[in-house]
Amino acid sequence: MSEIVEAHNISKNYGGVRALKDVTFTAYRGQVNVLVGENGAGKSTLMKILSGSEQPTSGEIRLDGEAVQLDSPRTAQALGIGIIHQELSLFPNMTIAENLFAGRELRKGGRFVDAGGQRQRARDVLKRLGQDKLDPDTLVGDLPIGQQQLVEIGRALLEDVRVLIMDEPTSALSNHEVDVLFEVMADLRKQDVTVIYISHKLDEFRRIGDWVTVFRDGSLVAHESMSKTDTGWIVRQMVGRDPDSLYVRNSSPVGDVLLDVRGLSVPGTVKVDDVSLTVRAGEVVGIYGLMGAGRTELVETLMGMRQASSGQVSVRGVEEPKGTVRARMAAGLALVPEDRQRDGLVQTMSVRENILLSTLARMTRSGLLNAGAEQRTAKDKVGELAIKIPGLGALVTALSGGNQQKVVLARALLTEPVVLLLDEPTRGIDVGAKSQIAGLMADLAAQGFGVLFISSELAEVMAMADRVLVMARGRITAEFTAENVTEEALVTASASESVLEAQS
Amino acid sequence: MTDTHVAAPAPTAAAPPPEEPRNTALARAALLLLRGRTLVVLVVLIIIFSSISSEYLTQSNLILMTKHVAINAILAIGVTFVILTGGIDLSVGSIAGLASMVAGGLLFKGLNFPGGTVFFSVAVVILIGIVVGALVGAVNGLLITRFKVAPFIATLGMLYVARGAAQLHSNGGTYPDLAGTEARGNTGFGFIGVDSLLGIPVAVWIMVVVAAAAIVVTTKTPFGKHIFAVGGNERAAVLSGIRVNRVKIAVYVISGACAALAGLLLTSELGAAYPDTATTYELNAIAAAVLGGTALAGGRGTIIGTVMGAFVIGFLSDGLVLVGVSTFWQSVVKGAVIIFAVITEQAQQRLQSSLNRRTA
Repeated sequence: MSEIVEAHNISKNYGGVRALKDVTFTAYRGQVNVLVGENGAGKSTLMKILSGSEQPTSGEIRLDGEAVQLDSPRTAQALGIGIIHQELSLFPNMTIAENLFAGRELRKGGRFVDAGGQRQRARDVLKRLGQDKLDPDTLVGDLPIGQQQLVEIGRALLEDVRVLIMDEPTSALSNHEVDVLFEVMADLRKQDVTVIYISHKLDEFRRIGDWVTVFRDGSLVAHESMSKTDTGWIVRQMVGRDPDSLYVRNSSPVGDVLLDVRGLSVPGTVKVDDVSLTVRAGEVVGIYGLMGAGRTELVETLMGMRQASSGQVSVRGVEEPKGTVRARMAAGLALVPEDRQRDGLVQTMSVRENILLSTLARMTRSGLLNAGAEQRTAKDKVGELAIKIPGLGALVTALSGGNQQKVVLARALLTEPVVLLLDEPTRGIDVGAKSQIAGLMADLAAQGFGVLFISSELAEVMAMADRVLVMARGRITAEFTAENVTEEALVTASASESVLEAQS
Repeated sequence: MTDTHVAAPAPTAAAPPPEEPRNTALARAALLLLRGRTLVVLVVLIIIFSSISSEYLTQSNLILMTKHVAINAILAIGVTFVILTGGIDLSVGSIAGLASMVAGGLLFKGLNFPGGTVFFSVAVVILIGIVVGALVGAVNGLLITRFKVAPFIATLGMLYVARGAAQLHSNGGTYPDLAGTEARGNTGFGFIGVDSLLGIPVAVWIMVVVAAAAIVVTTKTPFGKHIFAVGGNERAAVLSGIRVNRVKIAVYVISGACAALAGLLLTSELGAAYPDTATTYELNAIAAAVLGGTALAGGRGTIIGTVMGAFVIGFLSDGLVLVGVSTFWQSVVKGAVIIFAVITEQAQQRLQSSLNRRTA
């Protein structure tokens, strides 16, 4: 067994944020090297560096013992390093063969696309992927998501890849598709291709991985042969020791039920399946789960952005049947969405305008906006939430991630909700801001709000939630109290099909 | 799982390098110039044309040109509402034509009932014309919100439908005499398009009133802010509880009503209604909005900018006519000015965001 990729003392800074701190990572030839860690732990950053799309601030990369400069994805490809991104980068309007050769079309006569040649080589690649029956002329958009993923892998295989990086390729796959993918990976291993595999799904990667490397907060914290580890060890390495220093535990007395959800179902590719839950006054409830578990879909449905196919939502004991955003807002719900840029902020507007967007109708005097009231209200909220801004008239895009998050929170609070729905409230903000948002959540609970928040981070959900609900494939698969929750139980309930099957 | 939180550089990282202050000052000056570019262009145009022709800067010519501007400005103000939400309205020229024919028909031949013919007063006729425009706008809005037709397609279709309806109204003919008679109680249609108040054409006064109302609505009302929010980020607007569909329908109604009003002014000025009234005027209207700094992507723009844009287009066209440039060259120059405006708009955005980064 020999090293093929060695990354020595890699550091990567984005402005003031250290994404990777002096990481030394080794991948072994012809093995499946698994990378695990929470969001923002640095795994994807390291993979971007290894695939040439980012350059390290310092450190050295060796391939087969020789130092290499991976200054672009093209260079990395030429050296035999391919990457499959989590989000598919295929053209649904083009055929499999066209997708495989997009941007590097085979030519004949130097000018024209060699469609026949492409089709032939596409067939070879599909065969290698165990998809002999698939016609290379099929439109990629017509394929199920799992086969699309295989086409993406096929793109990498065309390049004579020696090292194949896969960033969570199974998050969108069904069980059967995962099996096919793992067969392909086993096959690649036989052909002496090195696989670097990023995954969150403990039960899956334990089946296929030879080595496991754990990242936490930008550092490589453990590197071990898979056979010498168990699930508990991996989770402990991922979470670290002392999450409580960062987060504030809610300690408010719990009051009446504010939000009562009964049998809520939402159809769709990511579905919500018969979910019931309650949130009480003064309570902080966490929803833990993997991407695609239906958590965002759940809170978006509660907020009226999606229509439920069945189920009831009651706020303060009163059912809200209309299910529009305005009705749910009037009933007392407010959502701080996961993707601030896409769903939260109006980028063309100022901080003040963004804060007041939901409640402008209250700021009027005989139909016209009252600039004084606007200024006062916005200023009060900025002070209350300690939002750091250059000025209320500044464009909201000029703020840091944490402060943008607080702007969205300020807008939500102005609608005078009783229950706050927070979808990954600490995602994409730095540690200091995380701690502040956590403090705000505890404060809000103390003021009698009910707080329901979604988190993908074990440490966060364990440190902050009075109760944790776990979602997998649209259902709530487990519920824990702050006293009886363990990391292992959360991971098992979120990732394992067997738990789901045992309960259903 | 992408490590998004590291991908966004912290704002503290953008600490200004030492040579920054002078550069920033320069950039600010350039930005100010770019922001006021429509005004700058207008002043430059006036200087150039008045140096070529002594007639250009006379009071009577300025009033005449402003009257020409008024009609396009009213159309453009309506279209600006739509563009601010991220939509587009290609049907305004046809709506103006339809309103013109409806009003012309009512004045010329009245409304035929089985029992006889009814004539309405001029005020009622104008009101009916505007309501027709608003209704056509409402249809645009419904197509776009309820049936999810892309605004470009919905209003392109309406461009043909409304024009066809205008032609059907008179079977392609012209209503030649709109003066009305005392007996029918429908005289005075010339007031809005021909007459003057205090030495200034009534049409110009109407433009001033429409512009003032539009400025108040866009900047001083919740509805105005909602328009900008829908154009800036529709998803965020939905989540903020804004009734996005209502806002969209409303802007097409406003656009249709403005178009009808412009059509009526034009008809009054001409003293006759013919079905080709205001053909291709939608392009001048959109050009004025864009020239005035309204972003076609939505969320950015001002009414005053649009009015300035209409002045540039009007003063440019009339100036070219006055100095005897051929109509072919007029087209070329007008097109070039519009493209130039969009290029400078983008330069302004880039400069603005780079300044924002520096000062953040």
